[in-house]
Order: sequence, then C-alpha cells, then structure tokens
Amino acid sequence: MELEDSAEEAAFRTQLRTWLASNLPAELSGVRHRLKDLDRARSWSRALSEAGYAGLTWPAEYGGGGAPPALDAILLEELAWAGAPQHIGVIGLGMAGPTIIACGTEAQKRRYLPAILQADEIWCQGFSEPSSGSDLASLRTKAERHGNTFVVNGQKVWSSYAQVADWCILLVLSDPQAPRYQGLTYLLLDMHSKGVEVRPIRQLTGDSDFNEIYLTDVEVPATQVVGEVGQGWGVAMTTLLHERATFGFSLTGSLEASVREVLRLARERPERSRDLSDSLAQEWIRMQALKLTAHRSLAETARRGSPGPEGSLIKLAWSEANQRVTKLARELLTDLPLDDGHWHYLQLRSRANSIEAGTSEILRNIIAERVLGLPRSR
Amino acid sequence: MDFAMSPEQRELQAQARSFLEVRFPLSRMAQLADSEVGWDPDSWRELGELGWLGVSAPESLGGAGLGFLEEAIVLEELGRCLYAGPYLATVALALPALDDARRAKVASGGQRWSAALWQPDGPVPDLDRVDQVVVAVDDQLLAVDPKGERLSSIDPTRTLGRLLSSAGESLHRGEEAARITRVMHLRLWTALAIEAVGGAQRVLELAVDHARTREQFGRPIGSYQAVAHPLADSYVEVELARSLAYWAAWCLSVDHQDSAIAASAAKAAAAEAYVRACERTIQALGGIGFTWESPVHHYYKRALWIEAFAGRPRQHRAQVAVHLGLNPYESSVQAAGASQQVGPNRTASAA
Repeated sequence: MELEDSAEEAAFRTQLRTWLASNLPAELSGVRHRLKDLDRARSWSRALSEAGYAGLTWPAEYGGGGAPPALDAILLEELAWAGAPQHIGVIGLGMAGPTIIACGTEAQKRRYLPAILQADEIWCQGFSEPSSGSDLASLRTKAERHGNTFVVNGQKVWSSYAQVADWCILLVLSDPQAPRYQGLTYLLLDMHSKGVEVRPIRQLTGDSDFNEIYLTDVEVPATQVVGEVGQGWGVAMTTLLHERATFGFSLTGSLEASVREVLRLARERPERSRDLSDSLAQEWIRMQALKLTAHRSLAETARRGSPGPEGSLIKLAWSEANQRVTKLARELLTDLPLDDGHWHYLQLRSRANSIEAGTSEILRNIIAERVLGLPRSR
Repeated sequence: MDFAMSPEQRELQAQARSFLEVRFPLSRMAQLADSEVGWDPDSWRELGELGWLGVSAPESLGGAGLGFLEEAIVLEELGRCLYAGPYLATVALALPALDDARRAKVASGGQRWSAALWQPDGPVPDLDRVDQVVVAVDDQLLAVDPKGERLSSIDPTRTLGRLLSSAGESLHRGEEAARITRVMHLRLWTALAIEAVGGAQRVLELAVDHARTREQFGRPIGSYQAVAHPLADSYVEVELARSLAYWAAWCLSVDHQDSAIAASAAKAAAAEAYVRACERTIQALGGIGFTWESPVHHYYKRALWIEAFAGRPRQHRAQVAVHLGLNPYESSVQAAGASQQVGPNRTASAA
C-alpha cells in the first residue's frame, strides 16, 4: 500500500502542471459554455492531443500513450483542478475509441482511431431515446437491412456534442422479433449523412449541452457495425463500463476543486462559516473519502484487468456530494446576490448529476443486485 | 499510488477471517456477551500463538516486525466478529508507551494493557480484562495496576472501568510522554474506525442474507427497492469509511503529516456509517431485528460505543474543521500535544 505518487507519477504530475501553466488559456479556465467558442475549444483539444495527453492509456499500437491508468487518473485530476475545459473529443476518447479498440474490426481501428486522437473528428453518443431512458434495452430506433446497407429511422436524445459531431456511436433495434437484449446492433453513424437532424435541448439552466437526434431513412453501410449484428447490447455495455471507469477521476477532481473553493470562501467569512463548520468539514471528509475510494477502485481494477460494478458507488456518491456542496456554497455566500452567475448556475446544473450517465435509482439497483447479490427488482 | 493490500496483507486478512469464523461465530459471540465474565480469557493465548499480539514487535522481541497497517487488518476482522477481549486496548492503544521488555511480554500473550489518556479517573476500556494500565498524569505516562470499579457500558463485549489510584511506575516524561500520548490518541481513533468498518460490513451482510431469503407477497423482500436501496446506501457508506480508515492507518504507519486529520475524519465517518448500517439492518430484519435473539443488537451496541468513545463524530469534524483553517463553535477532540507533528518524515499531499 502506497498512498503517494510514485517517482514516475510525481514526474508526470509536475510535467503536466508546468505544461498547463503555459498552455491553458486563462480565458478558457472554468468556462461554462463548453462549445460557445468552437474554434477555441478545438485548438485547446488539439494542444492536448499534440502534447500526448489524449489517448494516454490507449495501446501504443493504435497511437495511444500506452500509459498505466494511474497516469490517466492524475491527468483527469489535474485538468479538473485547473478548471480546464473537456477535450472536445471526450466521447471519442473515453467511449467510442475504447469500444472500437475492444470490439471493432482492423479496418475500423485504422479509419477512426487516429482522427479521434488528433481531435480531427468529434464523436457523440446515440443511446437514450424519449421512451428508453433507464430501460435502455427497450429502445425503438429501427435499422432495416437492405443488402449491405442499414436504413435507420428513429429518435435519440441527451446527446452531448451532437451539434458539432462528425460521428455517432448508435445503438439500434435491428431485429424487433428477437428476445430482449438480442435484437440490438451497434453502429458507427456518419453525422453528415442525409436524414440526420440535430436539435439542441434547452435545459433548465438555459444552456444547451444536450441534443436530440432525428434519424429519417438514414443509410448506414453494414461495414459500420461494431461486433456482430444482434450483439449490440454487449458492445454498448463495454462503452458504458469505460464511461464509468474513465470519468471517475474527472468527477472526484472537479468535486475537490469545488470543495477547495468553498473552503477558501469560508475562511474569508469567519463569522458565517462558524455556523456551517460542521457541514464544511463533513463535505471535505466525504470528498476525501470519495477520492480515496476512486484510487482503491483503480488499484482493484489494475489487479482484475477491467473495471467492476463497484464503480457505480463513485458516480452515486459523487452526484449527491456535488449537489450538497453547491447548496452549501449558496448557504455560505449570504453576501452575494441571489443569482451570482456561478454557484447559482452550479446548483441548477447539479440536479442533472443524479440523472445523467445512470440515475441514482439505477445505480442503487446495480449495487443491490451485482455487488450485494440481492434478487433482481424486476 | 497503489491503494491495495499486498499479497501478504491479504493472506493475513484471510487467515484472520477463517480463524475467527470458526472460533467466534455469531452464536459464540452472543453467548459470551450474555455471560458473567463477558469474554474468553483463554482466547488471548490463541491470539498470541497466531502472532497477532506481536504484529508490530521486532522479531528480536518475538514479534513479526510488521506495522500498524497489519495491526489494522487484524482489528478489522476482530471488529467483524465482535471479539470481546482487550486487543484494541492493548495493541492499538497502550503499545506505543511500552518498552522492549513489556512489548515482548505483550507479544507472548503474557500481559494485557489498557490506557487512561484523558484524566486518571476517566473511563478505561476493558479495565477488568487487563493486567496494567498506561495513565497520563501531568507530563508523565505511568504504568498503574488495574485496581478500580466497573462502570456501566452499553456494550457488554467491551467494558469500561475507573481507576481508584493513579500511582505507578513512570514510563515516560516530558516531551517524549506528550509525543507518545498523541500517537496513542491517533492510533485509538484510527483503530476504532477500522473496527467500525469490520462490524458495519458484517451487519450489512446480515441484512443481505435476510433480504435474499425472507419472502413476503410471494417474493424475496430484497427484490423490493424500498428494502434494497437503503442497503445499497449502507454499502456506499461502509466503502467510503473503509477508504478513510485505511488512509488513516497508512498515514500512521509512515508517520505522515496528515495522520491527525485522517484519524479524525475516519473516526467520524466510520462511527456514523456503523450506527446507520446497524439501524438499516434492524429495519430490514423487521420484527426479528428487534429481538434479543438476533445478533444485530450486539453490533448496534458496539457501534454506539465506538460512536461515543474518544470523541463523538461532531467533535472529530470540529477537529477536521480546525485542520482546514476554520474556527468551529463545537469543542473539538484534541490529542495532547496536537500542535506537534507525529513525525517529520512525510509531508502532506492532500488539503
């Protein structure tokens, strides 16, 4: 057991901090509208790619850094602490790419992976549908096979980056007669195809991070199938496992940045913070526990080879912690206007935390069934 | 960073688990808790034979030459089976005050200790089960005979007593006494957190076992989310507390500057997680959970003991708040000589 950086990790962290200090534009740090200035977002992402920080853990044979996950954890943590915006290709780097590496054909790997790494092509995800949220397997977007082409009709929702994406990892129903989980197929969709229409969703914050994707007679060549036709569910689970494994440290890193900021504000307001010191200490303890648990899970994953279902606890506990911290900040900042433009926004935004990427209800089901071994609830 | 046990540590954990499952199953624990003596004094010799009393003693003193992390692994398993003997008092609490001759005696199973760190007539854990007591008086640590009276304790598997006299042989004086006293506090808080994690894990398993088999309305009750989700919450809290407890144990094992904040954070979080896990298990068990016959009340009483002893969660959070540069109203739990570092070897990386 060693709870401090190894020599290699410390060197990587130092080098990264130095790089961030001279390469992260001050006007980008902590930016709320991540796609407001697309050119700037792209050039920041290219800078990350050129410095070798994109695809850090991908195998070297596919152009990745071949680094151990521990360095990825440091990268995500440091980027979050610095308030750096996400790499614009985060869906490609964290979900599409790892899925193609795990389940794709050689031709798919050669075609897509380099452009993901170089931030040349942006990816989005087409999984959820208006009638299929937590119950993803009930999705109804249809793909009918005509020779070597699938014709896709349907509607996807909650797709980040769809308004700027070149490609989409798309889960479709290819065999409506098949038993549940066995009629789904995983496609790589060209977002510039005829029949693809993207409509931004205006969220309760007023922003539009997410989109709807309408698909009308969209033609997708059969070479765009990942894995086998009818085995899309298993491929999609590979994607979601990577989502939870990779994003854990971004979550704990951004929570730590928020807690540090709240503590800084509290020290500036000694009278007000006395009343709240128990809650402030509690949130620091929970944040620290969550960060340590992410490291424990990482060490377990390294021994096992793949992330386990206990990763659900990090997402679950993080979303609740983030919601409490934004409330606590607003309780502390009685001297600020009701809408200060920052914490007010964060509190509104935090309500999505317990819904996006697995609702808290679904995560508790996963823990109950797959970790504790309780009987299925449905 | 590598937050995982070594193969040797996992082996120790597995050995402790399998020995204790056979030797101290729930039925035996309950029987001892209800008995007049309250524990099995013969078991102490067995702990000595297993090497658990000399985990951190050098090999020259008959020990294994390991450290506090390995002691923590044993403490977690003892907490899991509610072992009723002065292991926490002897190993976690008193050991740092003892010289080589006394440590060798402890390692061989020949002497059991406890300590009174607060005031000489304050509550002493397991006073009726030990041979000697380390007592902090003025600027000294003394070795005192355990003559005293038994105080009421909510947990019959862990008694409390009060010393009648604090006269004894001097073990340490001055700055050395203050430094050791502080280490004893931090080890105590951390050990209580580790024990809490071990007990909370077991009490969660009791609920899961019940919810898998107990049927109502034609289905196992664990298939109802209203039953399952609180147990998922227990799992989350126990895992978070486990991370804190092992962080605190690791900090102590390397003399890290974060030892104090880690010990307080772990004590606060683990005690609360344990109490809540017990309460959720009682609820999941339904009527049977409220009976004397069910083992869960023994765990609940240990959880309440841990929560109340050596600083309540809110007091430890006040101490964390002080470490974070805040100025809480709540009086905090301070280890004697809190301004001094445990050791300067390692520096803080957190905060």
